Amino acid sequence: MAELTMVQAINLALEQEMEKDDSVHVLGEDVGVDGGVFRVTDGLLKKFGEDRVMDTPLAESAIVGMSVGMAIAGLKPVCELQFSGFSYFAFHQLEGQAARMRWRTRGRYNVPMVCRIPYGGGVRALEHHSESREAYYAHTPGLKMVIPSGPRNARALLVSAMRDPDPVIFFEGKAIYRAFREEVPDEEETIPLGESQIAREGGDLTMITYGAMTHRTLEAAEKLAEEDGIEAEVIDLLSISPLDDEKLSESVRKTGRVVIVHEAHRSFGPGAEIIARINEKSFYYLEAPIQRVTGYDVITPYFAREQDYIPDVARIITGARQAMAD
Amino acid sequence: MPRKKIKLEHSVEYLSILDEKGKPDKDLDPKIDKDTLLRMHRTMLLSRRFDEYQLRWQKQGRIGTFAPAKGQEASQIGSIAAVEDDDWMVPSFRETSVALWRGTPMSGLLLFNAGYNEGGEIPEGQNDLPISIPVASQITEAVGIAYAMKMQKKDRLVVSYFGDGATSEGDFHEALNFSQVFNTPNIFICQNNQWAISVPREQQTESRTLAQKALAYGMPGIQVDGNDPLAVYTATREAAERARKGDGPTLIECVTYRLSVHTTADDPGKYRDEEEEEKWEERDPIPRFQQYLKDRRILRKKDIDALEKEIDDEVKSAWDEVEEQIESLDDPLVMFDHLFEERPAYLEEQRQTMKQYREDNDG
Repeated sequence: MAELTMVQAINLALEQEMEKDDSVHVLGEDVGVDGGVFRVTDGLLKKFGEDRVMDTPLAESAIVGMSVGMAIAGLKPVCELQFSGFSYFAFHQLEGQAARMRWRTRGRYNVPMVCRIPYGGGVRALEHHSESREAYYAHTPGLKMVIPSGPRNARALLVSAMRDPDPVIFFEGKAIYRAFREEVPDEEETIPLGESQIAREGGDLTMITYGAMTHRTLEAAEKLAEEDGIEAEVIDLLSISPLDDEKLSESVRKTGRVVIVHEAHRSFGPGAEIIARINEKSFYYLEAPIQRVTGYDVITPYFAREQDYIPDVARIITGARQAMAD
Repeated sequence: MPRKKIKLEHSVEYLSILDEKGKPDKDLDPKIDKDTLLRMHRTMLLSRRFDEYQLRWQKQGRIGTFAPAKGQEASQIGSIAAVEDDDWMVPSFRETSVALWRGTPMSGLLLFNAGYNEGGEIPEGQNDLPISIPVASQITEAVGIAYAMKMQKKDRLVVSYFGDGATSEGDFHEALNFSQVFNTPNIFICQNNQWAISVPREQQTESRTLAQKALAYGMPGIQVDGNDPLAVYTATREAAERARKGDGPTLIECVTYRLSVHTTADDPGKYRDEEEEEKWEERDPIPRFQQYLKDRRILRKKDIDALEKEIDDEVKSAWDEVEEQIESLDDPLVMFDHLFEERPAYLEEQRQTMKQYREDNDG
């Protein structure tokens, strides 16, 4: 077992899968010689050659569209879009092609591709480099939307995503790319898509989150235990779509109180859907209105003020206390 | 029906006026007036020194990621100097020299690079769009603005900037095609700096030139030595005359080189060798232009020394100004400004929540 950063863990997943399955190809801007702007694909070109690790011309729409074609015809492309803010050039290809091909052809074709996209703020980056717009993709029928929260689950989820018969959008939090290391076993691990994890057990309050926000939420949960004696259960969603309704219901029925934490904008964000699901399945178990601690409905501000935009531990605690109020 | 050839009589012109030692082709010298030449030189030098200071400040954490213009000053200044002040300018994200020429204060650029939205304010009366980071993302806007100028019968054209990598984006093709179809007064400046982050020009496209891409739309395309401000100026001037006469757009490929990093988050050591960089250092546009100006007795060595000192002071005092300004910019509530003309109730509610939260927590 090695202690890896999330960058290294994703690299490991790619390398091992490419070794096992020669239909897996990596393509994108600067993924070859440069090893990706975040070095996630470092070393893959050397090991697998330029047919399988493709430095493409600068064209997001073609990167995704070509991946869809490759996937239809039997390859397993893992494409990288450099930043989520650049992914909208390719939106048509994701929404109009990747997501629809199976449905449109009545199952004749499927699109087993993964689109890896760094997302989120907190790294003092430029405009278009700090957004958290997973709702666009989670809202799109036919796409799966996955967001790991650390090295070990990133590796396991990416392996599952690469083996999934349908298109998977795989968001990687820039703020946690190198923020910490975890032990990642050399032998294969997978986490089924659509399955969340309990990151902390507790019986008083359910805190639902994912991605980079999982860490601030866990920190807030520890403080709540220390300061208020509240034992919060923290659910790390891992998959935004499909949502793990079962585990959410189980926890909500136990605690009756919920706070949802995400970096994405508030309105029509993932939190809104989670609340709706809880209302549909567990409304009568609720003891207080569900709280949301989210990014605001503004364009993510330039980096001098991004920490005022991204939920911090104190804001999460405030939200949690509101959820605990009678 | 027989097979037959459709003859396409197209070619791309290459223009260079100053040689690598700064000697001009006398017949081609555009004979720019002395004041303009001096202003061009000053802005190129200012842009270069400003980049150098910013690189230092970035390493010290005073500002964030930015894209230096080093090496591309002639492409930028040669083109922008050839259009009028009230023409429109649409940048991509590396046009520091252009911004300085247009009158954007250094303090504004610094404030922007220090992560404050206020730094993106465009001075009143300056017809510029803000930088746009996604590659090739606002060439279409340049076409729209040009069309509006045409509809409103305003004698203004639009000069827009992008790089070699941008020519692979669909939006580049769509914009140029629209421009020719609607015969808009556009000048498209492609700064071919040889590298789109790690991907070299020859891997970006198999086309022999980028200028020839214009031909597919029925548009004139010309390739110029982008490190020669006189050549860039001449080509842009010709394009401007055509545009003002109603004869439509032009694509100008400036063959230049990114002498520095893609952005401060980039390490060129990973993908290109120093020999290549050294080769291009020899073609550095600034000493070349200085030689020309010296030979024409427009500029003396002691003028350059005095100018260097002046620029140094100017850049440093711009930072002092920004540092002071930053201290007065501690209010994050500004993130709720300028989203709509009128702030909707739900957004005002969010703003009040943030305000209350900050008051409760001594923010």
